[in-house]
Amino acid sequence: MAKVNFSEYQIKGFYDEMFDDNRTVRPSYDLFKKSLEKVSWNKLNNLQNSTDRTQLSLGMTFNVYSDNEGVERILHLDIIPRIVSGDDWDFLSRGLQQRIVALNMFIDDIYNDQKVLKDNIIPKELVLSSASYMKECVGLKPPQNVWSHISGTDLIRGADGKFYVLEDNLRCPSGVSYMLENREILKRTFPEMFEQLHVRPVHDYSHYLRDMLESLTEVEKPNIVVMTPGIFNSAYFEHSYLAQQIGGELVEGRDLVVQDGFVYMKTIKGLQQVDVIYRRVDDEFIDPKVFNKDSLLGTPGLFSAYLKGNVVLVNAPGAGVADDKAVYAYIPRLIKYYLGEEALLPNIKTYICAEESDCKYVLENIAQLVVKQTDGSGGYGMLIGPHSTKEEQDEFVIKIKNNPRNYIAQPMINLSRVPTLCDNTIEGRHVDLRPYILYGKDIKVIPGALTRVALTKGSLVVNSSQGGGSKDTWVLDNK
Amino acid sequence: MLSRIADTMYWMNRYIERAENYARFMDVNFNLSLESVPDAEQQWKPLVMITGDWPLYESLYETVEKEKVIYFLGFDPKNPNSMYNSICNARENARAIRPELTKELWEQINYVYFLVKDGLEKKRWKENDPREFFKKVKKGCQMLYGIFAITISRTDGWHFGKIGQLIERADKTSRVLDVKYHILLPSLQGVGTTFDLSQWAALLKSVSAYDMYRKKYGKLTAVKISEFLILDEIFPRSMNFCLIQAEKSLNTITGNEGGFSNSAEKQLGKLKSTLEFADINDIFDGGLHEYADSFQKELNGVSSAIYDSFFANKYESINLNTTKQ
Repeated sequence: MAKVNFSEYQIKGFYDEMFDDNRTVRPSYDLFKKSLEKVSWNKLNNLQNSTDRTQLSLGMTFNVYSDNEGVERILHLDIIPRIVSGDDWDFLSRGLQQRIVALNMFIDDIYNDQKVLKDNIIPKELVLSSASYMKECVGLKPPQNVWSHISGTDLIRGADGKFYVLEDNLRCPSGVSYMLENREILKRTFPEMFEQLHVRPVHDYSHYLRDMLESLTEVEKPNIVVMTPGIFNSAYFEHSYLAQQIGGELVEGRDLVVQDGFVYMKTIKGLQQVDVIYRRVDDEFIDPKVFNKDSLLGTPGLFSAYLKGNVVLVNAPGAGVADDKAVYAYIPRLIKYYLGEEALLPNIKTYICAEESDCKYVLENIAQLVVKQTDGSGGYGMLIGPHSTKEEQDEFVIKIKNNPRNYIAQPMINLSRVPTLCDNTIEGRHVDLRPYILYGKDIKVIPGALTRVALTKGSLVVNSSQGGGSKDTWVLDNK
Repeated sequence: MLSRIADTMYWMNRYIERAENYARFMDVNFNLSLESVPDAEQQWKPLVMITGDWPLYESLYETVEKEKVIYFLGFDPKNPNSMYNSICNARENARAIRPELTKELWEQINYVYFLVKDGLEKKRWKENDPREFFKKVKKGCQMLYGIFAITISRTDGWHFGKIGQLIERADKTSRVLDVKYHILLPSLQGVGTTFDLSQWAALLKSVSAYDMYRKKYGKLTAVKISEFLILDEIFPRSMNFCLIQAEKSLNTITGNEGGFSNSAEKQLGKLKSTLEFADINDIFDGGLHEYADSFQKELNGVSSAIYDSFFANKYESINLNTTKQ
């Protein structure tokens, strides 16, 4: 039986995570490649198939919004890992810490003193017009002064080999359960490689998460719950997984009730007070009394109980103001402003359609640019200029002209590629990198990430809702 | 324990029990059909009657045929109680309370779920011998009972799950007994024939009672079999045993040691004591069918009372009873 080999593997001018431009294997992949080349194609395919089955038996499924309800899919896990060297990681980790500190200072400032607006570091209208800006949160002081306790930042590596921040997810970043379960699966797939390679562990994420949530309240032995929109939410698997991992109840809005300013859950023996809510319900749906009046997902009175300090919401409502894609363009300046430091992790050049000269440039060069909605996520509502038709471009020109505040544009970045198993062969596929950060009394950047991979040949869209898959991410120890 | 979770736990277990019973019914009946009178209607109609879904069957199918009945009870997505739907419902319930379950239990539920899904896709009811498939589902469910027993702490949720399972089991045992009595013995001439005996044996096998019954009584008689399935105190599928155990779980939940503290305890206690003091001859005098019928009604009443006492969130009417763990 033929063994796996890379003789046919094409690099094609992209940054490849396994090989350099001379087709020499990079040091971080050296051992892995040698081990893989001892495996037959047959065995490799079997390993992949058994991974698919494991995911099903674990119920690692998600629902796709555009499909009819009830359609469950697994997020395809490609068994060839994305390996990050210890040095690269340590740099990323420092950059992410710097960024999350500045972003939290920014959110706190916006809802309190607004110094950053008074000092004209970022246009006032731009911030206050963000769909994620919550006027109800003005004057709020969340525990530890941290607004986004749980975040995930999307990074990409460009053709120059440098990492860039693509976007920040400060509200309800998803995918961490895949980071944890992918690792468990790959430990069964390639046990011998883990022994040789010294991959940094990720499993303590759940312990850190629990500790962080406990640190946000004075209550001894607090009652911590995870709040989910319910079983039909696309990330339901993750909600239930996390509730189980931290040993908290998984509640829906209808399981909670607010009485005399406190939040209780309805149990078979009466009401039991809730102290901390890790909520995976978006801001606008958490409390129909204050936000979306039609929301059935929330609990009436929840927000006022929160303002009284009787319950902790994680993340704090309003934190999304800092992951607005137009605000994103200013983040290097915000880091400088709050910390007096240069940003370690660069942004991608961003054109803000709300600004006249940028908008003109975008409209003239739309065929070369990636256009995104400022409050969008999940790969919805975006245009990839070079891969789009004239009609699609025209449609976006109209959209931008009608509501310039709602759009930004960026040059198209050719994301780096990782060898990926595709139908009995191995080909390069584009990837991004989403590490997870916990911010309580201190900051923990978990040495691992969700690597999302665009499985369709040539595609740059890695979102699970758009045909993306995932890879386990191995962060190596420094030699 | 959240009320919603307790409710879901209760139903998850009821559905698993239901699916396992259906799988066994079909396995046993198929077996029987190989050597008995090949009249499909006589052979398969009672099976649909047992489940209480005869009106639905009649509305969907014109004739009673082996393949149709197996499809209807085993796979039909239009039959809300089919084995397939029961497993799907059990899994949806399990998904909703995933954090309450262990990984082993969840994986096994998924195993059974994909088994029946695959069975529907591969049209197992068309196979010459679908028994292997039903055995797999039955074993899959029994594995679930085992994992439930050895990996879940005895929380209130566990006890609600247990109550759901026992109520479903008592209901199914009473139905097996009821329908067989009516269909098999319309006339006394047939009593004691080979045909009659093999039917009675099949009845016992339908509720996994054959071996234990033989051990206790040896000879197959209608009265003893009925006594065994209704009143036996130590056989785990008898109606009496199910209610004794269900009451124990209910008392554990409420912490009540005598009398009753809510309508669920009251109704379950009442029903259990009628079994406790019943005499099989009195039951036969009053009519076995009537007895089974009224038992099923009372049992539904117990299920509603459990809902009212624990799952319906009537918080406006109760005092703010705040508890801290």
